[in-house]
Amino acid sequence: MSAIPADPNVTAVSATPRTETNYLNADWSIKSWLLTGDHKRIGILYLVTVSFFFFLGSIAAGLIRYELTAPAGFILESETYNKVFSAHGIIMVFLFLIVAIPAILGNFLLPLMIGARDMAFPRLNLLSWYLFMIGGACIMGGMINGGVDSGWTFYVPYSSMYANSNVTMVLTGIFIAGFSSITTGINFIVTTHKMRAPGMTWFRLPLMVWALYATGVVIILGTPVVAVTLLCIIFERVFHLPIFSAELGGDPVLFQHLFWFYSHPAVYIMILPAFGVQSELIANFARKRVFGYHLIAFSTLAIAGLGFLVWGHHMFISSESMYQGVVFSLISFLVAIPSAIKVFNWTATLYKGNIRLQTPMIYALGFIGLFTIGGLTGLFLGCLGTDVHLTNTYFIVAHFHYVMVGGAVTAFLGGLHYWWPKMTGRLYPESIAKWNAVLVFIGFNLTFFPQFIVGFMGMPRRYHYYYFAPEFQPYHIMSTLGSTVLALSFIIPGLYLTRSLTKGAKASANPWGAHGLEWETSSPPPTSNFLQIPVVLDEVYDFDPVTEHEQDKAAQALEVPSYLSNEAKSIESEKEKR
Amino acid sequence: MFSNFPATPPQASSFSREHDLIFYALLALTVIFTVMVGIGVIYFVIKYKRGSDADRSRPIYEDARLETAWSVIPLILALIMFYFGTKLFITMRVPPADAQEIFVIGKQWMWHVQHSNGVRENNTLHVPAGKPFKLTMISQDVIHAFYIPAFRAQMHVVPGRYTTMWFTPTQPGKYHLFCSMYCGTQHSEMGGTVVVMEPREWANWIENGGQSQATLTLEQSGERLYKQLACNNCHGAEDNMRAPSLYGIWGKKRTLTGGRSVIADQSYLRESILRPHNKITNGYSNTMPVYDGQINEEDVLKLMAYIKVIGSSVGGPSSSGTDTAAAVLNGTKGKMSPFAANAIQYQNSSLRRVDSTPTTRSGELAVNAIAAQQEAKGN
Repeated sequence: MSAIPADPNVTAVSATPRTETNYLNADWSIKSWLLTGDHKRIGILYLVTVSFFFFLGSIAAGLIRYELTAPAGFILESETYNKVFSAHGIIMVFLFLIVAIPAILGNFLLPLMIGARDMAFPRLNLLSWYLFMIGGACIMGGMINGGVDSGWTFYVPYSSMYANSNVTMVLTGIFIAGFSSITTGINFIVTTHKMRAPGMTWFRLPLMVWALYATGVVIILGTPVVAVTLLCIIFERVFHLPIFSAELGGDPVLFQHLFWFYSHPAVYIMILPAFGVQSELIANFARKRVFGYHLIAFSTLAIAGLGFLVWGHHMFISSESMYQGVVFSLISFLVAIPSAIKVFNWTATLYKGNIRLQTPMIYALGFIGLFTIGGLTGLFLGCLGTDVHLTNTYFIVAHFHYVMVGGAVTAFLGGLHYWWPKMTGRLYPESIAKWNAVLVFIGFNLTFFPQFIVGFMGMPRRYHYYYFAPEFQPYHIMSTLGSTVLALSFIIPGLYLTRSLTKGAKASANPWGAHGLEWETSSPPPTSNFLQIPVVLDEVYDFDPVTEHEQDKAAQALEVPSYLSNEAKSIESEKEKR
Repeated sequence: MFSNFPATPPQASSFSREHDLIFYALLALTVIFTVMVGIGVIYFVIKYKRGSDADRSRPIYEDARLETAWSVIPLILALIMFYFGTKLFITMRVPPADAQEIFVIGKQWMWHVQHSNGVRENNTLHVPAGKPFKLTMISQDVIHAFYIPAFRAQMHVVPGRYTTMWFTPTQPGKYHLFCSMYCGTQHSEMGGTVVVMEPREWANWIENGGQSQATLTLEQSGERLYKQLACNNCHGAEDNMRAPSLYGIWGKKRTLTGGRSVIADQSYLRESILRPHNKITNGYSNTMPVYDGQINEEDVLKLMAYIKVIGSSVGGPSSSGTDTAAAVLNGTKGKMSPFAANAIQYQNSSLRRVDSTPTTRSGELAVNAIAAQQEAKGN
């Protein structure tokens, strides 16, 4: 039905007006990329580097899965295994998830979506990429030069007094990368406040902008805390300054409070932008205004706010007081509600829509399923009685992978496909991409669903060996088999997206017929985004499913492929003018 | 049903059932909501797929009642689950007054368990079914976590502060004990077994200082072996036509066929057990089977220890040999409990360090034999 790239009309339509300069072909020199202030180019720089880190983190994940197929491992020593899972966690959290949607899609889209020419602070934006690169280099340097074996959580006193690995260097890297987050967050907030196009009121904003704004707030409030905390570990480790370690007179549980005060909100740094992408995809591919726009916008802010009050649910069994546990559990149950509201609202958006099952939409529908499971299994862990058994097991591993991979990565892939024509000016092969989206869904469930079961059975996380508990093995084998499918489904888009850069059909300004200011400028946009700053007269999701359906019918009658109805009309009107 | 392919952990403590009820209730909620959302998504996608002629007129964009409904209903369900989860948690956190205390020390990468009467064990925990236990735990180095999946019990073990957990085991059996908080290189191997025993069995176990049976003295094992090998069929309390009695022969002079004589010492006894044809007592024929290659040196030592006491002179000339023998063989019951005996021996042991296990003691002489020997030396 919707094999967009295969159709010559698209190329014909888009090729004519696309000879003008855009942000990609304005200047080809390396210097122009490395010293750019253009938010779009910075987004692309992030895309390239973050994809590289994702690749490294995935290799670590593959090693872990391969090793766990046998109860006593195959190729790694326990020490190496610990370094591998630490590398996986650190790379994926600090160099992929926290950065992926905000810094790639967010950087690229925020000014386009609000009708601005750039971020509020372009040079700060570039600085954020350099900080990210320096931080990333420190982290990679630490990992290559001996590795780090403390897990991504860096629990003291193990990380500060006992680990013999390269903790200090990696922590320094995360500390520096943190400032990259902060500068991005500042840019999001100031840009949203000050740079909106005329007529772009708060409640006309795309929900993606609301999500990025909320993310910016969370980043600015949370990241400094973890930066200071990690600095404290470095001081204790290097100078034996007594802060956390009991033997020096410190308090190891204090670290956990400080760490999770950031790291729980960090979960929202990863998932809130995913919610934003999700809202865009659902609205645009159902051709319908998001159901309960205001409620989704406010639930985003509610999650950002409540997200700072639930850190103690990571510590129910860590010797925090019983009463603390009760309060944190209650708030954790409350924070589940805004997430549930979002899921229901997305589902309700489909009602009476005009649904197009293109690749981004398949990712978005998969997101609804996976995030529902991920969110609901979070209740098992927020519930005090069951958390005592399930925490620190593979149940928790499965839960946060459903949220982080099933949620954030799925949304990232969906968003990447959706905005790919805008970012690169090229179309990707739709039918491969569609099937691959289904493959991601299957591979993901095969990988992580067995981990719920083996976690419920009591398999602790971060275990290299389980020869003493052979009953866990079948589930690990299933999970590893699934992970090969998942790996394949990540490699395939890497290949066809890269190929589309040169071989893909040229994209028109709005290949999806989507709504939003970013689709009103050319693909790829000119360096200044808009030749003329748009004036916004209506909210972004001003779809009319009934009229669209009638247009479809009319287009079908003309025997023009229905997905091109809008474009077909514009061609005809152009012909008439001539 | 799927005994080779389990999907659930065994239920072995008083928390297990309640925990699993809450777990399955949450699971039911998860399934119901996921199926609801899934069916909704699939139904809408099919019905309102592009090109379908479904009625799209008068779409709804906001509906306060609907949105309130799907905010409030999940909220109520969440609060119900919060209530039950919290109730169980408070039960898990407040140990009953009659819970017996056990101390647990975690260190890289082993668990030391100390029972309240001094019995220690490493990487194992023996508890009886039906009795509440409170574990008071601390770490020597990094943070660990004491986790018994079958009990649905888990708690961090933190350096510098005591943490507690409690449980009442219900189902005898062997269960996994894990360290569930990452603690360094051998984290995955920091674990062991929780053994839930029948109360009577456990009472014996704790009485015997951490062994399922009281340790047999060398003499007691010798006596058992003497009967097992049927030595007593021929070598009875009195000389008979088949064989001489061995009662009281230790240290005595024996006359052999051919007129030679020999003192019944260790080497003579050993030779006569293994190769009896070499030195045959005067008046008997060579009928005893050869045990060389049939029993090992340890068994020889045991038999010899028994033979020594049945003809005992350890009590000195003044005391009757057989009385002493009886006292040595049965004395453990009368004089002191086997547990006390083991405890004393444990205290005398050079292995009395935190990381020594009671099981390393099995090769040593039990205390009553030591006492008997010391007495003999005194005379």
